[in-house]
Amino acid sequence: MMKIALPVDNNSLETRLCVSFGRAPYFLIFDTESNEAAFLNNSAATSQGGAGIKAAQAVVDSHAGALLTPRCGEKAAQVISAANIKIFKTINDSIQDNIAAFNEGKLTLLTDVHPGFHGQGGK
Amino acid sequence: MKIAVLSGKGGTGKTLVSVNLAAVAGQSSYIDCDVEEPNGYLFFKPESVESEEISIKIPIVDETLCNGCRICVEFCKFNALAYINDKLLIFDDVCHSCRGCVLFCQEKALEEREKVIGSIQRGVSENVAVATGMLNIGEASGIPIIKKLLHDALTGPSIIDCPPGSACIVMESIRDADYCILVAEPTRFGVHNLAMVRDLVKLFNKPHGVLLNKCLEGANPAEEYCVDKGLKILGKIPFDRELGMINSDARIAVRENVKYRDRFASLLQVVREEVRHETVVDS
Amino acid sequence: MKQLLILSGKGGTGKTTVASAFIKLAQARVYADCDVDAPNLHLVMHQHSVPRRTDYYGMPKAEIDSELCIECDLCRQNCCFGAIKADGEYRIDYYACEGCGVCQAICPVGAVSLKPAVAGELILYHNDTVFSTAQLNMGSGTSGMLVTEVKKQLRSVIIDTDLVIIDGSPGIGCPVIASLSGVDMVLIVAEPSVMGISDMERIIKTAVMFQVRVAVCINKYDTNPGNTERIEIFCRQRQLPLAGRIPFDTTAVAAINNGRTIVDLDCAAGRAVTNVFFRTMTTLFARERD
Repeated sequence: MMKIALPVDNNSLETRLCVSFGRAPYFLIFDTESNEAAFLNNSAATSQGGAGIKAAQAVVDSHAGALLTPRCGEKAAQVISAANIKIFKTINDSIQDNIAAFNEGKLTLLTDVHPGFHGQGGK
Repeated sequence: MKIAVLSGKGGTGKTLVSVNLAAVAGQSSYIDCDVEEPNGYLFFKPESVESEEISIKIPIVDETLCNGCRICVEFCKFNALAYINDKLLIFDDVCHSCRGCVLFCQEKALEEREKVIGSIQRGVSENVAVATGMLNIGEASGIPIIKKLLHDALTGPSIIDCPPGSACIVMESIRDADYCILVAEPTRFGVHNLAMVRDLVKLFNKPHGVLLNKCLEGANPAEEYCVDKGLKILGKIPFDRELGMINSDARIAVRENVKYRDRFASLLQVVREEVRHETVVDS
Repeated sequence: MKQLLILSGKGGTGKTTVASAFIKLAQARVYADCDVDAPNLHLVMHQHSVPRRTDYYGMPKAEIDSELCIECDLCRQNCCFGAIKADGEYRIDYYACEGCGVCQAICPVGAVSLKPAVAGELILYHNDTVFSTAQLNMGSGTSGMLVTEVKKQLRSVIIDTDLVIIDGSPGIGCPVIASLSGVDMVLIVAEPSVMGISDMERIIKTAVMFQVRVAVCINKYDTNPGNTERIEIFCRQRQLPLAGRIPFDTTAVAAINNGRTIVDLDCAAGRAVTNVFFRTMTTLFARERD
């Protein structure tokens, strides 16, 4: 059992999954053993660029063992994989549905990482 | 005398104008700053070409010296660094080469390495020295190439072929220009973008004038704009299928037909007088 | 839902002309202009509502407080962008500054601060259609970031649609790379000139590098039939789908000048672009075999 991370729109359990990983306003860190939930502010959300990288660093630092996300850029994926954290593709935008699916082993790994949005403060 | 040729909108005729002006100017230089899509060399087909690689500096870490303090990760405004599993990860294509991480590392664990992003090709075509900047495919910014292109000293007049638009890459191309020729086409899109690039040259206090290209019969929105704003019209190039065909085949019109030679020579003369006038006014 | 991006490599080949025609033909409800440097789509796709306008902040810019500055020169020596001038007093060249923060961190007396800087404006029209666009301030950097914001704006509005059409920018650099993200297919509008072919090859290589499918159409094909054929041979050799050819048409030029798309009236270019549209849609919605 472990901690899993999910990008979410708000810092309450009624919230839904965020469509973006790097720019999600918050991360939900859910402990599947104790069922405790904690919310992390994602400082990368307001980053000029390289948001995926910074967000990934935050997830790694939270000691999550898995990331559940609808999408993930390739740089963020690089960071997450370097930390040996598995990335799973979410099935819908419901937190409860995805946590249940994860616990039942029904989620598939996210294989289609997209090239970085190149949204860094570049010229 | 450095003359920059720019347009705002793409496809108005910057390369047509810059290539032919350089070709008719006697001993001169043609500098292609449209490093993403360089075209002038296709016309000049320069000889004795020498190539120079252009690189930028990217950090590299000595893991034996890195103690995981993460000062560099926290400092980097571009989020080009991450520290995972006791290793520093460096994202080359997000890095802006600001050297901040190298500067502030207390352990001297970071150094710089060169990353090639493109090249400058220099050659000669009759009496024109041709310098072409080329950005490698997949690289984000050609600015370091433009800086090097313009840094090198040149003899005789130089004509700078600029990229389209009015963003920072264009600004970099006109930095040292004595005069800017804005090439405009008589279309709604053309006028809209002409207004933007005119704001750019005004912002940098560059003397400038407009060359109306592909002129047809009837109303010319670009001409109306110039008259309305009191912009100097340097000349008009009529829409000309023959010229279009020559240009389309990457041939240099002034070297093929004396009527084009005369037309571009007069245009150059008008520009020379404008530059002289501006210098007199300034001094 | 499929995203189609229209690129060209070379400027002036007809991206906006083709994009606007496609939007009309598809009756597309969601579209964007990612040519943030020189946006033109709004000049033909007239909007009837007031848009939401948001300031776009690029990288912050440094500022030196001359009262605190002791002129130690550390900032200028360590600025990699030549953005610090020391003529009279120490000051920042706003346009050269990239917001890296080295000067702020190295200043021993805290005289340098980073201030947010507006680099452009995001514009979103949302009524029964969604049109996302932006305008980058001249001389600005971070065009790639702004393109990303234009695309994000589109996603922020939930609307049920099969097709999103994106009018792209010329070149192969940052803004083009940013626009390629998440796109299902690129339609390249090529021009049959030596320059146009050279530029087309570079943009094709860029799209392929970023693993996006490519189709090609040739605009103003009759201005140089020899080069048109060269392009078609090139595409066939690389198995790139050819979406068709559009003739040079003064009626079409006039239509655009009057703020109308080339399918708003009957003309040769309009008929040709309709064929290009159908072939592009067929390729876009075809089942992937890989």
